[in-house]
This record gives sequence, C-alpha cells and structure tokens, in this order.
Amino acid sequence: MSSPCRNPERWAAATRLLPFALVTVLAVAVNNASAQQDTAPDAQHGPNEVSVTGLFPNGGAPPPQDPIGTRFEGNKLAIAAGKELFGQMNCTGCHFNGGGGMGPALMSGHWRYGGRIDQIYASIAQGRPNGMPSWQDSLEPTMMWDLAAYVKSLSVPAPSSASHTVAPGTSVKP
Amino acid sequence: MMTLPISQSIRRYQVQDLTDSIWRSRWLRLLLTGASLLLYPALATAQMPTVPASAAPSDDGQWTMPAKNYAATRYSALDEINSANVSNLQVAFAFSTGVDHGQEAAPIVADNTMFIVTPYPNIVFALDLTKPGAPIKWSYQPRPDAASQGVACCDVVNRGAVYSDGKLFFNTLDDNTIALDAETGKVLWKTKLGDINTGETITMAPLVVKGKVLVGDSGGELGVRGWLAALDVNTGKILWRAYATGPDKDVLIGPGFRSFYPSDNGTDLGIKTWPTDAWKTGGGTMWGWIAYDPDLNLIYSGTGNPGPWNQEQRPGDNKWTTTLFARNPDTGAAKWALQYNPHDEHDYDGINEQILVDMTVDGNLRKVLLHPDRNGYLYMVDRESGEIVSAKPYGYVNSVLSIDLKTGRPVMNRDKLTKLGTVVHDICPTASGLKDWNPSAFSPVTGLMYIPHENLCMDWKSRPVSYVAGTPFVGAEVVSKAGPGGNRGEFTAWDPVEGKAVWTIKEDLPLWSGTMATAGGLVFYGTMDGWFKAVDAKTGELKWQFRTGSGIIGQPIAYRGPDGHEYVAILSGVGGWAGAIVSGDLDPRDPTGALGMNGVMADLKTKTAPGGTLYVFTLPKS
Repeated sequence: MSSPCRNPERWAAATRLLPFALVTVLAVAVNNASAQQDTAPDAQHGPNEVSVTGLFPNGGAPPPQDPIGTRFEGNKLAIAAGKELFGQMNCTGCHFNGGGGMGPALMSGHWRYGGRIDQIYASIAQGRPNGMPSWQDSLEPTMMWDLAAYVKSLSVPAPSSASHTVAPGTSVKP
Repeated sequence: MMTLPISQSIRRYQVQDLTDSIWRSRWLRLLLTGASLLLYPALATAQMPTVPASAAPSDDGQWTMPAKNYAATRYSALDEINSANVSNLQVAFAFSTGVDHGQEAAPIVADNTMFIVTPYPNIVFALDLTKPGAPIKWSYQPRPDAASQGVACCDVVNRGAVYSDGKLFFNTLDDNTIALDAETGKVLWKTKLGDINTGETITMAPLVVKGKVLVGDSGGELGVRGWLAALDVNTGKILWRAYATGPDKDVLIGPGFRSFYPSDNGTDLGIKTWPTDAWKTGGGTMWGWIAYDPDLNLIYSGTGNPGPWNQEQRPGDNKWTTTLFARNPDTGAAKWALQYNPHDEHDYDGINEQILVDMTVDGNLRKVLLHPDRNGYLYMVDRESGEIVSAKPYGYVNSVLSIDLKTGRPVMNRDKLTKLGTVVHDICPTASGLKDWNPSAFSPVTGLMYIPHENLCMDWKSRPVSYVAGTPFVGAEVVSKAGPGGNRGEFTAWDPVEGKAVWTIKEDLPLWSGTMATAGGLVFYGTMDGWFKAVDAKTGELKWQFRTGSGIIGQPIAYRGPDGHEYVAILSGVGGWAGAIVSGDLDPRDPTGALGMNGVMADLKTKTAPGGTLYVFTLPKS
C-alpha cells in the first residue's frame, strides 16, 4: 500500500512498542485510562461498524464504540503523531488549526458526520461527499486513528452565549 | 505652452461627447477646440482619459458580460437614476437563488431576460423581465460533482455568465464550460476542461471574443497549473490552450513574442525560472478578468500566484505566474508578457481587472490599461508594448517600496520578505491583496476609476509543504489584521491622469463587491454586512443605501427594462474568501483559518448571515 507521506520514525516506534501496546489493550479493558499516555497505540484496521446518523426506525441504536478507538482517544502520543500527519498530508490546508477554511471547522464541536472518534476515523478513511477526500488508500489504519485522535482533540467547547461579538483584532500602525 | 498632441487628445474627447450635427465642420471644430484651450487652460492639464469606442460601443441598455464591455469599464450610460432622485430608489423585485454561498456573479441582461448563475451547484436562472415580478423563464441545473467543493480554495463561488448571440455561456466548479440556448435553456454543448482530482476548479466568468469562449482555471492554492483556453462558441471544441508555466510551446510563446522588459524575454522561462519540474505544480491559474482591444486584436489577462506559498521551495522568478499577457485571440499566441511580481512571496495574484483607456501622457496619446494589482500598485500599462507607463500605490503598502520603471520589477521591502520558520509581522497588503478579484469601474464622465478594495495586513510564517495531488499546496500560516486606521475596507476614486486618489471612503469591513458607475453621476457598490450603496461619482457623498438580506460580494449592473426605465441589480449573499467564515460556518477562534482570514473577519458572524438573493431596484412609477 502506498503512503506518500508516511512517517518511518513513527512506524519504527510503533513496531518497537507493539508488546507494550498489547499490554495497553488489556489496561484499557480494565478501564485504566491514564496508563495509555505512555504508549503509542497501534491498530490493524478501522472500526468494525460506524453510524453517521442518530435516527433508527423501529428502535435501533448506534453501534457501540469500537474498543480500538478508546485506545487512541486522548492518547498524547497518538495525538502528537496525528498532528504531525495532519500537517504532512496537507489537512491543515483545508482545516487549518481547527478553524476551517476550504473544509469545515473541527474545533467548533459541530460534526457533520459524527464526532465520535470512530466516526471521525470513518470520515477520514471513506471521505465524505461534499469534498472530504478518501484517505484509506494512502494511509495505514494506525495513521488514520492517530489523525482521528488529533481531530477529536481539537474540539474546544464553544462559549455559552449563543451569539458573541468577537473583536476583529488589532490594526497595523503605519 | 500647448503642444499639438494635447490639443488632439482634447479634441478627441470632445468629439466623442458631442453629436456629429454640432461638429459638422472640421474647421469649426479646430477653431472651437483652439478657443476652448485659450479660454480654459486648465483643461490642458485635466484632460480626461477616453474609452476606445471599439471596446465600448454605445450603450444598448443591456448588460451582456460582467464587465459591461471589452474595455471593462462597468459604466452604464443610463441616467434616469441620478444623484437627485436616487434617494427614491425602491425594490422592483427580488429573487432567492436558493444557495447559501458567496454570490460573486454579475446578473446578465439580454433579450429582455436576466440570467444569473449561482455559486456551486451553479444553477442558472433565466428571469422574464417582460412580465410582472420577473418570473422564472427557465432554469438549468448542471449538477456538478459535489466533491468539487472540497478543492475550491475560497468558497465555492462563480463570477457570472456571459451572453452572446442567443447563447449563454458559464463555467461549473467541476471544470465544465456549458453553452445554453438563451431562449430555452437547452444545453447546446458541454466541454470538460479539467480534473478536480488535481485540485482544479473553474470560478471565473468566461468572455466571448471573435467566436471563442475564453475560460481559465482556478486552484493556485492546490498546485494547479494555470491555463487560459479558447472554445468554439458553436461546438465547444478547444481551439487553443495557453498554459502559464512550462515550455514556450505550452505557453504559446513563439516568434512574435516581444516583451518590453529584458527579464520577460528569453526561451522557455516557464521552465528555467523554476527548480526542476516545480513548474508542473506551480500555479499561475487564470481565474480573473479578461479585456479585449479589437483595434489591436489583443486580449489581456493575468495569471495567479505561484505555488506553493512557501517561496523557499521555488527559487527563481517562477514565470509566468502573476503575469499580464497580451495574446492574439485567434491563436492564443502571446505578443508580450509583464510579470508583476517575479518570485511572488505574498500571494499577490495578477488576475485583477484591466480597464482599457486612451490618454495623453507627457504629451503623447497612449493606449493603456489600468490594473489595480494585489500588490497595492495601480499599473498603467501600454497596451501595444507592455511598458509600464506608471505604477503608484492606491492604498497603504509596505511590502513593495516602488515599481522600477526601468526593469518593470517591484522594489521589495526586505523586512517584509517571507522566511521559513519565522513569523514576519505586519506585511501590508495581506495575501488577498490591497484589492482582490472584485472589479473596479471607470466613468468617462468624471474620468475617474472607482476601486473597491481592502485595507488589510498580515503576519506570515512559511513552513515546508509536500505536494499531494488534490490537496492544498500552501506551506504558510497567515494571520490577517486590519491595516492602518483600523478600517478594513476602502472605496477609492482614482484619477489616472494625476495618478492619485481624489477621495476615499473608509469602510469597516473589507470591500469584496465589484462596483459600477453610471451616467446618472452615481457609483454603486455593496458591503459585507449587506448595505447596497450609491455614492456621488464626483464627491463620494453617500446618496442612498439599502440593507439587503446578506452581505454583498457581487457585481452591480444597470439595464433598461422592457418598460423603458432604468433598473439596477445586485446579488446579495455573503461568502468568498473574506466571507467564508459565515458561508462556511468557520470558527473564528482559529485566526489562521481560511488562509488567515478567520481572525480579521471574526465579527462578521455577528453582522450578517448566509443567503443568496437577487435585488433589482428602480424609481417609483410616477
């Protein structure tokens, strides 16, 4: 599989840390979230099942969060790796530092296709019809999980007031 | 002391303005001209530019191309609406476009029909002006690929259609040019010109010249290679395509090419002024305006910024980006080129409008074009030779110290050059320029050029970027801010003869709308918070304003309706690069968003909301 911007150091580190990552899986299983922070998680595939709607006729429900996602979400190493990839793959060119531009804002807390990390993964992997490219042929699953972890981390709670006046910033002195 | 060329040029002006019946006798004409010079010596220094008649025929009351005419004056000779009665102006009818993105298009009027083209999904509406309320005559949905929205750098805009000889031509965001039967809306032909998977889109308004539809591409922020193409009006067949980078044979530079300045002459400069193969992803897209001089048989159009924005990845002049070309419309062959910003490092595209005027300079009648560049300088360029006659700043600029008229090149302020990993503060103008795409107007009555523009500066930090096809190829983090004085927009009336501003209106928000001048002594433009304004063409005094439903970034036009009365039309609907924060619901807390526009436009969300609506105004029926 070709990956034009894949980070060899990241992969070397991931390979070296694989045994620890497995330990991490067990750690997550016992809900010891803080233990994640020292280990870069790894993954061979994306989420098993993702829903992008909240509407389920006849009493259905969203699929449960894929446990892989919980290993990446909030993990500092995954977020750092995702941030690096975010720049390397030119995601910044559309989404900038979360404020958006050609692509939607990622920090606003509003998600067109769902804000769960597995939903973010699915948007990155599959692309979305209004302009989000599909990355599943270019990036390995771990990379897309890293990206999803970083994107998830960008979401900052919006100010409580519905409408707020924002100053346009300072002006330049001649 | 009077010299012959001056008196000739004044006579030329007066003859054009007065009817033949008065000027029956050549001798009488000479006598009166001489007398007027004696009586009014001030005229000798205040001679006004004229518009070449072949490029601006007498006004038929229609508005068939966004720039009004080939000279691109955006001047209407209608005068029913004037400074005395404009305060009575009222809405004749309004029409929702149904599209909530930036409405940059000019309405087009021909055959008692108004044609508007929306931003993506580029719906075309034909409105029947002969019926009350101008109902829909027909509409056409080209259904462009939705994915094209993801490779359009600065909102999914479209700058308008063009009417010619019973046909309507327009471009779609996903790289098609389409010809419709203007009477029925039936598709006559559709030609695919590019591929969104390379980041290529089309946003510009085409121009029809000598049986050819001229079209250029967008995508300078995605490493797209720029081009201008000519399509047969009857078949859509591509007759020629001139690239902005690469070998001379691709740029259509041949034996007849001779530029005025040495650095714009040479073989295969579109390759040699780049690192190996960088020209292939080097930008120079042609998303702006084209003017045409029928007498010289030359079209004039500029190319966009080089890619990536990080200049350290592309040492060299990067030809032919940010370059004005004069081309033969029959073959596309370049006659001359003038690179405004060699090795641009501030995103100063060269695609802004060219207004064609003839004027006396130092005693000689010159055929010139007026071009307010993104770099902040108003270029007066000789249409025959490509010589820069003059170039003066039309607002606050600190990145370019002057334009060297001996070399044609800007003298750059070294303190404002961009560097890898370093934040360079307070570069003026900002990346979108002292003025972006939104076109100026020229009134032959006042002799003034009306320039709607910005007053923004920026902080810039370059960073490395890799080319990944179909993704942004920028490599810079930019934060824009208001320029000196704090007003983010300006509306400047410019005297081309004196080479200076006559008056300037300060606007809080950047001006992203075009403008139009009329024989009624008025100039129209809109603001990003939705005010549509008419100001006195001589003084700039505000005569009338109307709050439309959304911010205005469109192009005003005027036409004579089937009832014989004058109407003024504008599309309202905020968006575009500066308005993307509203149309794209972007987050103002990231000032780098939207290529550095988010921060400086943070308050726009509190001042307007998205929504596309056509407004048409007229005087009350008496």
